[in-house]
Amino acid sequence: MLEIKNLHAELEEDSEVKILHGVDLAVKAGEVHAIMGPNGSGKSTLGYVLSGRDGYEVTEGSATLEGADLLDMEPEERAAAGLFLAFQYPVEIPGVGNMTFMRTAVNAQRKARGQEELSAGDFLKLVRAKAKDLKIEPEMLKRPVNTGFSGGEKKRNEILQMALLEPKMCVLDETDSGLDVDAMKLVADGVNALRDEGRAFLVITHYQRLLNHITPDVVHIMSEGRIIRTGGPELALEVEEQGYGHILEAV
Amino acid sequence: MVFPRQKLLAQKRDAAEARLAPLSLPQGGKWITAARENARARLSAMGLPVKRDEYWKYTDPATLTAAEAPEAALFQTADEAPLFDAQDRLKIVFVDGVFDAAASDDLALEGVEIALLSEAAQSDLHWARDLYGALEADGQKPVERPLATFNTAHATEGVLIRATGKAARPISLVYRRRDAGADAVLHHVVKLEPGAELTVLEDGPAAARFNQVMEADVADGATLHHVRAQGRDHERRTAAHLFARLGEGSVFKSFTLTANGAMVRNEAVIRLNGKGGVAHIAGTTVGDGAFHHDDTVFITHAAPGCESRQVFKKVLRHGAVGVFQGKILVEQPAQLTDGYQISQALLLDENAQFLAKPELEIYADDVKCSHGSTSGEIDPTSLFYLRARGIPDAEAKLLLVLAFLAEALDEIEDPSLAEDLRERIENWLRRHAD
Repeated sequence: MLEIKNLHAELEEDSEVKILHGVDLAVKAGEVHAIMGPNGSGKSTLGYVLSGRDGYEVTEGSATLEGADLLDMEPEERAAAGLFLAFQYPVEIPGVGNMTFMRTAVNAQRKARGQEELSAGDFLKLVRAKAKDLKIEPEMLKRPVNTGFSGGEKKRNEILQMALLEPKMCVLDETDSGLDVDAMKLVADGVNALRDEGRAFLVITHYQRLLNHITPDVVHIMSEGRIIRTGGPELALEVEEQGYGHILEAV
Repeated sequence: MVFPRQKLLAQKRDAAEARLAPLSLPQGGKWITAARENARARLSAMGLPVKRDEYWKYTDPATLTAAEAPEAALFQTADEAPLFDAQDRLKIVFVDGVFDAAASDDLALEGVEIALLSEAAQSDLHWARDLYGALEADGQKPVERPLATFNTAHATEGVLIRATGKAARPISLVYRRRDAGADAVLHHVVKLEPGAELTVLEDGPAAARFNQVMEADVADGATLHHVRAQGRDHERRTAAHLFARLGEGSVFKSFTLTANGAMVRNEAVIRLNGKGGVAHIAGTTVGDGAFHHDDTVFITHAAPGCESRQVFKKVLRHGAVGVFQGKILVEQPAQLTDGYQISQALLLDENAQFLAKPELEIYADDVKCSHGSTSGEIDPTSLFYLRARGIPDAEAKLLLVLAFLAEALDEIEDPSLAEDLRERIENWLRRHAD
């Protein structure tokens, strides 16, 4: 599904600031991978580079989604190809209705894939059903995108978008940050409901606690812009018990 | 020694002299002749604006005051449905500033008296006598607006509307064009008797050069809604003045959409004369290329407990220039005034310009007034968020531009009118996407 080879990236405006130093990662369809690591290890940057955010320069390496070169695509093309980034900080956009935003996104992707666009009525039915599963009030759909949403509402709104867009490769960037236990469970349930053999997840997180709810197949530890250790779910528990220091020393 | 002020006045008077010399006052009955003669005398004394005028610092009045109107190519509109077409309205059509009876509806509406200026001007007495040129003359202090005075003197057409009750449908003034060089002058008077309610719509490019005045007298407890769209025909020039006087507990809400135009100056001069009056003046402007648009607003709070809002949003690119001069004047008796003013520009490239002069002048001590002015570009983080969801760059920018304009469009009370304009803006933005 997702294949990252020797990926190097630096800040566009300051090539002295190198963030990714050769990331290698392969996620197969149906798998859930977690990336853990201390602050500043490059986890979020990896998500941004994969989704095509401005401000980063890829200097070496490759990233492909089902064989297609992601780095050669515009952000919207990556999305249409099946990549989804759930933002750590979902952006508030006053003046754009949440519903308008999601319908525009769904139909833009359908159009890019040569599928027929959904009518307003069909979309409404779809979004209501998915929103109900995530306990999203209809009121939230009418408000401007993320505007005035609580932290939990913003994260649920991200998962709602993911459910509507049905991506193949989901990158969740610290989706647990700012959530209380109940909200985290709700978000995790939303993610788990989307797990199937045709879809893969890359879950970026500081803490092991999210992984109690979304059980990963593979856990990677990232430090200083590369993956330094890979293991099973037990690796996350090791981090939780002993901290990153112990693992970093061992490398 | 010649003092600068005297020299400026001499220049302005010369400009007025040059403009007026070839023109004689139109013929008419006693009431209008008195108003015209009065205006002509006032204009000769104050002169026409020149570039050095402080009030015209950001906008060169030359093409608005010149003897000849520069030509403006006619825009092809075959692919665009007329604005407000779905509204149930009473249509009054002008072509190059000339009334078109065949294209207009019967000027009959329950609770409303409608007359053409050209007809009313023939009689010796008319109800409009007390207003025609009177609100315009009142609006000359503390800042002169000579183009409006010129209009009072030389307008031969316009609509005189007097509402005594709640009008069943909006009155829609439609300004069409035929001649590439037409120079049109229209003067409207709108009088709302106590408790009356009326909506006035205006749309169309009007003429190569268009000088327009609307005087609105909104009596106690009356409500006037005004929605205007000045659009298309990129080379056209417009000087529009809106003078409104508001009585106790009355409401006046005016919104203007301007899409392109080589030179547009819209002035709104509002006086809140009675307790608890409400005046909202708002507008959105979209400009691409050789476009100069100036919103100049002056709101005077003369009575206590009134509310005023000015909300202006401009989207500019490829050398377009937007100007905002907005003032709130709170006179000493106007305690508990609530005044709000915001002007913002979204500059879509580095060649666009926004010039703003927000002003507050307050003589009452218990008031709430705020103003803000900003200019900026499309927020890159928002843009990335939309694109990361699969929305193509151009479409994402369109959504963000419409979002930026939404606060101003929200000022329109009737959602179906707001939607008409929103669609119009969206079409325009699509035509002008890079």
